[in-house]
Amino acid sequence: MSNSGQNTVTISPAPSGRLAQSAAGDAERAAERAARARRLTVRTIALGYLALLLLAPVAMIFYRTFEHGLAPVWDAIAAPNAQHAFWLSLEVVAIAVPLNTAFGIGMALLLERGHFRGKGLLGLLIDLPFAISPVVVGLSLVLVYGKTGWFGDWLSEQGIQIIFSVPGIVLATAFVSLPFVVRETIPVLRELGTDAEQAAETLGASGWQTFWRVTLPGIRWGVVYGVVLTTARALGEFGAVSIVSGRIEGQTQTLPLYVQDRFENFDSTGAYTAAVVLALLAMATLLLMNLLTRRTRGRMAT
Amino acid sequence: MAIEVRNVGKRFGDFVALDDVSISVGDGALTALLGPSGSGKSTLLRIIAGLEAPDTGEVVIGGEDVTRAPARTRGVGFVFQHYAPFKHMTVHDNVAFGLSVRRRPKDEIGTRVKELLGLVRLDGLAERYPSQLSGGQLQRMALARALAVQPQVLLLDEPFGALDAQVRAELREWLRRLHDEIHVTTVFVTHDQEEAMEVAEQIVVMNDGRIEQTGSPRHLYESPANEFVMSFIGPVNRLGDAFLRPHDIQILPEADGTGTEALVVRVVHLGFEVRVELKLHDGRDIWAQVTREEAQQLELSEGQILTVRLPAPRVFSA
Repeated sequence: MSNSGQNTVTISPAPSGRLAQSAAGDAERAAERAARARRLTVRTIALGYLALLLLAPVAMIFYRTFEHGLAPVWDAIAAPNAQHAFWLSLEVVAIAVPLNTAFGIGMALLLERGHFRGKGLLGLLIDLPFAISPVVVGLSLVLVYGKTGWFGDWLSEQGIQIIFSVPGIVLATAFVSLPFVVRETIPVLRELGTDAEQAAETLGASGWQTFWRVTLPGIRWGVVYGVVLTTARALGEFGAVSIVSGRIEGQTQTLPLYVQDRFENFDSTGAYTAAVVLALLAMATLLLMNLLTRRTRGRMAT
Repeated sequence: MAIEVRNVGKRFGDFVALDDVSISVGDGALTALLGPSGSGKSTLLRIIAGLEAPDTGEVVIGGEDVTRAPARTRGVGFVFQHYAPFKHMTVHDNVAFGLSVRRRPKDEIGTRVKELLGLVRLDGLAERYPSQLSGGQLQRMALARALAVQPQVLLLDEPFGALDAQVRAELREWLRRLHDEIHVTTVFVTHDQEEAMEVAEQIVVMNDGRIEQTGSPRHLYESPANEFVMSFIGPVNRLGDAFLRPHDIQILPEADGTGTEALVVRVVHLGFEVRVELKLHDGRDIWAQVTREEAQQLELSEGQILTVRLPAPRVFSA
């Protein structure tokens, strides 16, 4: 009886030395294997989804385009209507994107910094282009600016044609890509806060100086991202532009409309080539943003 | 007078932030606005700076009525609680900002910035970005930036609030010395009475949007005008309507018939200071502050019964 206490003392410690270590090691390794398997599964699903949805179709377009070598591709690019569509698309982007950028920054400032009645309603209104189908946008623009529309008579008296011409395309493009800059700018504006702006004010900066030197640099990543999204959307817009432009070959045919046109006319090389150009333009925009961001961010080390 | 605030009132909706507040700050003085949060001290500072407009009353800086003047023309340097650095600019460009918006020549800006960075001991960090600085360094950068435009008055909102204790103590002492060096009229906001006592020459005690008392640290400590000031500045025991300072309570080595009996509940050693928590014979709790040496001589221990002599308590009429 007296040594039972001692016995428990000698028995009680957990398996010691190598045995314990290897047991713990086994458990650890098993847990690690399970974790690795989980990671692998998640990655496979994510990549598979991306491949099916994005990579395969894009790769296929590239493959089909260059299937018969470079010569037919070159011919397709050189076609006058293709050239016209390309430059028209760039022209529309060059007008609509700066417009929406200036408007977007102003509207973001108003919505985030302003205090007025109906702010919530205005915020909702800004998102309308996201909610409305582009086709409806196109139709409504025709109703307002077309020959029989509200301003139709007045506009034709002034000799201004909006529908079935470039201004209409710009209008439709600006409409559908309106919310991007606003929506991307508001959160960074909120994060920036007002302290830095007030500091600039106490240091003697005018409102304009404060905007250019403090506010804009502070929100520039949000703005840049918004501009990239706007550009991508503007380049690719089909529905609204399709209606307001009238799809006149060599006149009001933008690149996406040209792709559709070639495709319907069984000119697959023409369609694929234009599609690839469109894709490359979008990728170039993304790449440009990436480079810009990386360079300045590296310098600032934020 | 460098700053005169006359009968200023300010409401935010139903909340009265400032209720008929008047203060005067002399040229070159170092003044603290002290009070608990919500007492209106930051609002008052922002009104002096022009970052907030008063509903009533006026603000005079350097003899000029600036009540309606925008912040940028008031000649005030403002240091924000969280420093408000321009994150996309280097330390140099941050400090140069005020001069560069005034379109000063490049070499003048260069010399001045260099001088200021030396003053705040940030030489060698001119090309860093704010994200690469510590809290204390950001604080000093913000100070240099505010001083660059040679303001008539320097305003600091909770200047040490966001720093850890050690950096805080260092910066306090440093601000004090900086003020001795450059003599710019300075007003800072704090909720920390110790900070106000240590740094300021004049303290304005605020509570509920009103000024409770104004005076030197010593004056406020020795002759508090009311209950609030008495209990906000320095430690205090409250016995009903009466207030006594813990260090005025005498613990007697032997009963001599003049004191009251008390039970030692707890003895807390805080280094030089020893805090003795006592229960008086009538059941009331008080605490006394004695030095380490006194505690040793008295051989204080918990559970001990001893005699204390209470000072004449201060009573404030309501």
